[in-house]
Amino acid sequence: MASSASKNSLLLSKIATNEKHGENSPYFNGWKAYDQNPFHPTENPEGVIQMGLAENQLSFDLVEEWIRKNPKASFCTAEGVEKFRSVANFQDYHGFPEFRQAIATFMSKARGGRVTFDPDRVVMSGGATGANELVMFCLADPGDAFLIPSPYYPAYYRDLGWRTGVQIVPVDCDSSNNFKITKEAVEAAYEKAKNNNIKVKGLIITNPSNPLGTTLDKDTLESLVTFINQKNIHLVCDEIYAATVFSSPKYTCITQVIQDMDCNPNLIHIVYSLSKDMGFPGLRVGIVYSYNDDVVNIGRKMSSFGLVSSQTQHMLASMLSDEDFVEKFLATSSKRLAKRHRVFTKGLEEVGISYLKSNAGLFCWMDLRRLLKDQTLDGEMVLWRVIVNEVKLNVSPGSSFKCVEPGWFRVCFANMDDDTVEVALKRIRALVGQEKKAQEQAQVKSTKKRWQSNLRLSFSSSTRRFEQEGVSVKSPHMMSPHSPMPHTPFVRAIT
Amino acid sequence: MGFTLSNQQQLLSKIATGNGHGENSPYFDGWKAYDSDPFHPTKNPNGVIQMGLAENQMCFDLIQEWILNNPEASICTEAGVNEFKDIAIFQDYHGLPEFRNAVANFMGKVRGNRVTFEADRIVMSGGATGAHEMIAFCLADPGDAFLVPVPYYPGFDRDLGWRTGVQLIPVACDSSNNFKVTRAALEAAYEKAQIANIRVKGLLITNPSNPLGTVLDRDTLRSLVTFINEKKIHLVCDEIYAATVFSQPSFISIAEIIEENIGCNRNLIHIVYSLSKDMGFPGFRVGIVYSYNDTVVNCARKMSSFGLVSTQTQHLIASMLSDNEFVERFIAQSAKRLKTRHMRFTMGLAQVGTSCLKSNGGLFVWMDLRRLLKEQTFEAEMVLWRTIIHEVKLNVSPGSSFHCPEPGWFRVCFANMDDKTMEVALTRIRTFVLQDKEAIVPRKSNRSWQRNLRLSFQSRRTDDNMMSPCMMSPHTPIPQSPLVRAT
Repeated sequence: MASSASKNSLLLSKIATNEKHGENSPYFNGWKAYDQNPFHPTENPEGVIQMGLAENQLSFDLVEEWIRKNPKASFCTAEGVEKFRSVANFQDYHGFPEFRQAIATFMSKARGGRVTFDPDRVVMSGGATGANELVMFCLADPGDAFLIPSPYYPAYYRDLGWRTGVQIVPVDCDSSNNFKITKEAVEAAYEKAKNNNIKVKGLIITNPSNPLGTTLDKDTLESLVTFINQKNIHLVCDEIYAATVFSSPKYTCITQVIQDMDCNPNLIHIVYSLSKDMGFPGLRVGIVYSYNDDVVNIGRKMSSFGLVSSQTQHMLASMLSDEDFVEKFLATSSKRLAKRHRVFTKGLEEVGISYLKSNAGLFCWMDLRRLLKDQTLDGEMVLWRVIVNEVKLNVSPGSSFKCVEPGWFRVCFANMDDDTVEVALKRIRALVGQEKKAQEQAQVKSTKKRWQSNLRLSFSSSTRRFEQEGVSVKSPHMMSPHSPMPHTPFVRAIT
Repeated sequence: MGFTLSNQQQLLSKIATGNGHGENSPYFDGWKAYDSDPFHPTKNPNGVIQMGLAENQMCFDLIQEWILNNPEASICTEAGVNEFKDIAIFQDYHGLPEFRNAVANFMGKVRGNRVTFEADRIVMSGGATGAHEMIAFCLADPGDAFLVPVPYYPGFDRDLGWRTGVQLIPVACDSSNNFKVTRAALEAAYEKAQIANIRVKGLLITNPSNPLGTVLDRDTLRSLVTFINEKKIHLVCDEIYAATVFSQPSFISIAEIIEENIGCNRNLIHIVYSLSKDMGFPGFRVGIVYSYNDTVVNCARKMSSFGLVSTQTQHLIASMLSDNEFVERFIAQSAKRLKTRHMRFTMGLAQVGTSCLKSNGGLFVWMDLRRLLKEQTFEAEMVLWRTIIHEVKLNVSPGSSFHCPEPGWFRVCFANMDDKTMEVALTRIRTFVLQDKEAIVPRKSNRSWQRNLRLSFQSRRTDDNMMSPCMMSPHTPIPQSPLVRAT
């Protein structure tokens, strides 16, 4: 078996046989527990609740209502079918002008109308996943690097570097200043790369941040723009959570900042998508918006590898150019996110769990450092390994986001209904309550060993399975492309 | 801030500043003439007819009818909107199981149920464009090569090589044996690569062929399989035109060949497919990689994240292609209509002594205009090419854009128009060919066309905001360009 597997890998490319797709990290095992035992309010009320997927499911009712009222948006209705032929046949990589216009309008409204966008700069891509890769192919050669403040979205490793050969140089941020990105940290990372003979081509920021849920303040943005201009390197701004901002401070987008600064526009690029703001990850609407004409031009040619389905372009062109609907949707979505965030964080506060104060995103950056036995990565892993088996919540440990401080966890709250949120909070309450009882420490010691050995078995059997039966993995969430890697159990902390 | 061109170029990657996208070829100017003067039966009856786009527009009526009868196939109808949320949320790169099942089912039916396909080997990609790039990323490292028989689809250079660093090595084929792919030609190309120290990772065939419109016979297919097994290299079979075969000989898929007991290592066999040609859905970006190699399926599936099919489209296709009665009717009707169209067109050409390579598939003919060349050179082909738009007013694709080693061949598409337009096109060709037989006096206006074309080169380069829809069509071969009347 081993020899034929290695013969097989000789047949394939280096890209195909390296691990840079990032999925063989042990964190994936967290998914398994969810998939084997998924929560359902009536059918499986003791199952694992999925809190590791940053999805926005709060406002579909508004979308469905719009769809019912606008049959012409689809070519599958009697009202819309006359467009079927021309839409199905349309493969121009410029995309429908109406689609680009609608996207530009939506992007502007998502930023409160404070800035406008040029439809001719809107370039399609295969989701934000494709957008991030496309930008790298345009800006960097294999071996070049991009600076990225940590903690960051785990799949960046794959999206930015797998097929492009680009490397990530982290700019470490920590809680001492609420994970703010400092000029000193960026400079230090840049110098370190330079000393190691690594060519830095740019800086990538996610604003609003995943996993922090915070927005960058104007000063920070300005200092970053100054920095990249000085070094003549690119600034790629992933604004995929732009419309998930639900409270103050107000969102400042990069477009606003560069309007007021002396900045080389050729260095500024935005990555966007409808996956988070609208809740449409399945529709694969990725956007690259660059202020660099050459990047728009080349990016457009590259978009052939991942265009948005013309069927989807057609529907969204209609939906997103309905300004009344868009305004109503954005306002309502924001309100509902605010409420959900309030409910969830209140629940955490009630049991003394602290979290990073945030005003955006679909998740909460939860501080469980005081529950760690050791303030180490292993301590986090230990704390991590039980949540699925005991608390039965699938959350994402900070280390999967390359957070340098152990003990932080990202917890998603916008992909479930109100009742499920209550169940999740109840479980967290129960955990924290029980933890205070000394008599359970002994139980924990033995169960911990059992869980760890179970998990170790599951590591090896699962990775073997993926290698041998790569074809038959059935779990839908296991391989979700746009979700961060792991989630893993919270071992009850030993005090 | 002032920035020089070299400053700008240093900012970008080598991939971005090179020519790997393939669009800087002068051929693109052919499009301009069409775009600035497109034919319309009533509004612009003297305009340029588009015959450079391999599109299948023959059966939209059948699909439209099905759509109206099956509202639950859409997430936007009353009947289907209750599924909107689940579909819009679903981002698993395995794809909707019903989609994979439907595609596997369709692929089997297209091959007359002579073979079946496993849904679990179906991997999505961003159209066939994305599929080819993805397979290259899986099988080859930068600098590695694929052998490709000529003439071949011009987009292959970009699809397989632009961002991957993979190169294409042509395998010589010519009209002496109707462009068959011979073992000798394969060996010669392979050897040439060895001598140049280029590592060959595989062979890419398109069957049915673009631009030839022919299918590979069983012996040839077997010899290709033997060849790649001996050399331990991959065989990538682009079967994108599988359902466009309209007459004998039957289409034989590679899937059938490997079922025969000829000692083939299945890990070397991969199929690229799409719904762009067979169904006429290029806009939906339904690309498929089907590999018999488990590791490739696994790896490609992860890579498919960069170009998944929209779940809205997956949902529609899943419904449509699992309707067996519709699928069977569609395949049969489509072939019938293509056959009729092909016959009418080739007969019309034959009547004026213009021959085409005998073909039984595809959405085009491979027209032989060698006798109209002033000299048997590519310059003469360019000359012959440069007038069709201005005089014959047909946008056709010159053979050199397909890397054809013999000048004088042109690919002419016929399935992207209605019957009336086809008649107009035929009339124009016939008129042109018949006129050409008389003595021709060179006209001064020749030069002005050429001058215009040179101007258009320059404006093309600086014009980044090309809004013309057909100009930048991703899945079409590059250009078309006028045919100057040969003297």
